[in-house]
Amino acid sequence: MTRYVPWIGGAALVALPFVYRSPYPLHILIIILIWSFAYTSWSVMGRFGLVSLGHGGFMGVGAYVTALAWNYGHVSPWIGVPLAVVASAALAALVAYPCFRFRITGHYFALVTLALSGIVLQVITATRDYTGGSLGYTPERYQGGSSLWAFQFGDKTTWYLIALAVWAAGLYVWNRVDRSMLRYALEAISEDEDAAAATGVHVTAEKLKITVLSATMTALAGALYCQYQMFISPDTVSGISVSLQMVFAVVVGGIYVSLGPTIGAVITILLAEVLRIWFGTRAVGWDNLVYGVLLVLFIIFLPKGVVGSLLELRRRSRWTSS
Amino acid sequence: MGIFDIFLLEAVINGLLLGGVLALLSLGLNLVFGVIDVVWICYAELIMLGMYGMYFLYTVYHAPIVVAGAVCIVCVGILGLALHALVIAPLLGAAPINQLLATGGVLFFLQSAATVLFGIEFKNLGLRLPVLKVAGMFVSYSRLLAFGAALIAMVLVYLLLTRTYTGAAIRAIAQDRQIMPLMGVDTRRIYLITSGLGGALAGLAACLLVLQYDVHPFVGLTFGPITFLICVLGSLGNFGGGFVAAFVFAEIISVGGLYLDLEWGYVFAFAFFIVMMFVRPEGLMARRS
Repeated sequence: MTRYVPWIGGAALVALPFVYRSPYPLHILIIILIWSFAYTSWSVMGRFGLVSLGHGGFMGVGAYVTALAWNYGHVSPWIGVPLAVVASAALAALVAYPCFRFRITGHYFALVTLALSGIVLQVITATRDYTGGSLGYTPERYQGGSSLWAFQFGDKTTWYLIALAVWAAGLYVWNRVDRSMLRYALEAISEDEDAAAATGVHVTAEKLKITVLSATMTALAGALYCQYQMFISPDTVSGISVSLQMVFAVVVGGIYVSLGPTIGAVITILLAEVLRIWFGTRAVGWDNLVYGVLLVLFIIFLPKGVVGSLLELRRRSRWTSS
Repeated sequence: MGIFDIFLLEAVINGLLLGGVLALLSLGLNLVFGVIDVVWICYAELIMLGMYGMYFLYTVYHAPIVVAGAVCIVCVGILGLALHALVIAPLLGAAPINQLLATGGVLFFLQSAATVLFGIEFKNLGLRLPVLKVAGMFVSYSRLLAFGAALIAMVLVYLLLTRTYTGAAIRAIAQDRQIMPLMGVDTRRIYLITSGLGGALAGLAACLLVLQYDVHPFVGLTFGPITFLICVLGSLGNFGGGFVAAFVFAEIISVGGLYLDLEWGYVFAFAFFIVMMFVRPEGLMARRS
């Protein structure tokens, strides 16, 4: 019976916009799906103890390269997005390779990647003649609304289905990694690098693979966000706060379960929306205030996240009943 | 424009002065990391709060600047203590990365608390220190002051670590966290002292930075990353390495910023950092083992 649950759930999600098409909840759902995909991308590598705080940078590259290619080169996102993804993967490889080659792990790795996301933010701000700096940037609207070539759609249902497909693909990648040899290799590495290397695991190559995969997915999320929102600013798609936002959502949802990042996205985004509706413009800052406190509390008291803790509770109750 | 013109010399001198401040910034972080083995991601946010403290004490309550500075250093020191007691201490047994992420949560919290309490407007002391004009070059007095204070603070910390009993205990803990408790050193007390000291150094940095820069809730993001880069480049926990790295970075930022925008100076610094990671991954001053 449990085998069919994902299919039934998936079918229900696909059918949703045809039954219920109120624009605001649909918008929230699209945003949740896009960020869920970004968070899932982070957790693909984050679950192996590779805590990257540079994913804000990868997301920024994804969003800005797509938008700049469209505005200046009139390059369709169909080419611009792969371009952005490749650029982001190259950046990831450039930074991660020396890190892994020379055993920069743990704190060091987090700090180096933290600096990376800071620097991407600085570059976007510094090239303000082209990127609009901190004021943000808008891809040019295609004349006539929706266009497949421009990857711009006026219709929310279309966007919902696209975001749903990408999110499902993200979960698929997560599960593929979960069942692959790569997972065992990386778990061994995260336990003890020397021992893993001694048993024949190519430490640098395996870590590089997962990092590039994760950066690629994150860049795609950035590009998708840019195409949907039609407005990007350095603060919303790049920088340290975006990186920390990813970490936070994943930790809250649960880092070792495939639906963890999604649940994290649901919780964080709904929290922000509820605060915004309750407090209106006075809510500026309040959502992050609550995030910050929750993040600290979760790490201290519930490090497995909501989904992880629930699963453990269920497992435990089964053990005691049988 | 020749290579050795007066602007370049001015940039080099300003870079040297900036290096003093950056060295002070990295000192507190290095101290905490070296002793407690925890990275305070929110370190720059402590400095931001200190800068707000200076702003309110000096501009709103009209306290004399020296008193404001002293109060500020003590308050940020207490914040450092609180950070350790409330967030780090419960997590000391957890995976190291959890401690880093928890301070990330504190970063969020402090940033938005500042937004909620003080608003997002840029604020400054309204205090314009004179600019020294030496041989056709302009050197800002506030930078000179910051440089001097940073040097004095570093010497004091050095003396504290090498000449006092507590300092010896701190250095011993940094060398071996397991053995020292067995030798009768109260680790909790040493950790608290170190956190307080780290906080006080952040407070001092805040007093000096507020003389040169406007304060706003996100000011920490502008010099936070560079501080972390310096600490990593100088090998985390290594004071001498951090010191040298701070000056190298400051020169790159200052001279790079001379030819292009200041942001480009940061970009160059980062490029240099990546190159250095290929060349000397253990950090500038690390002994090869």
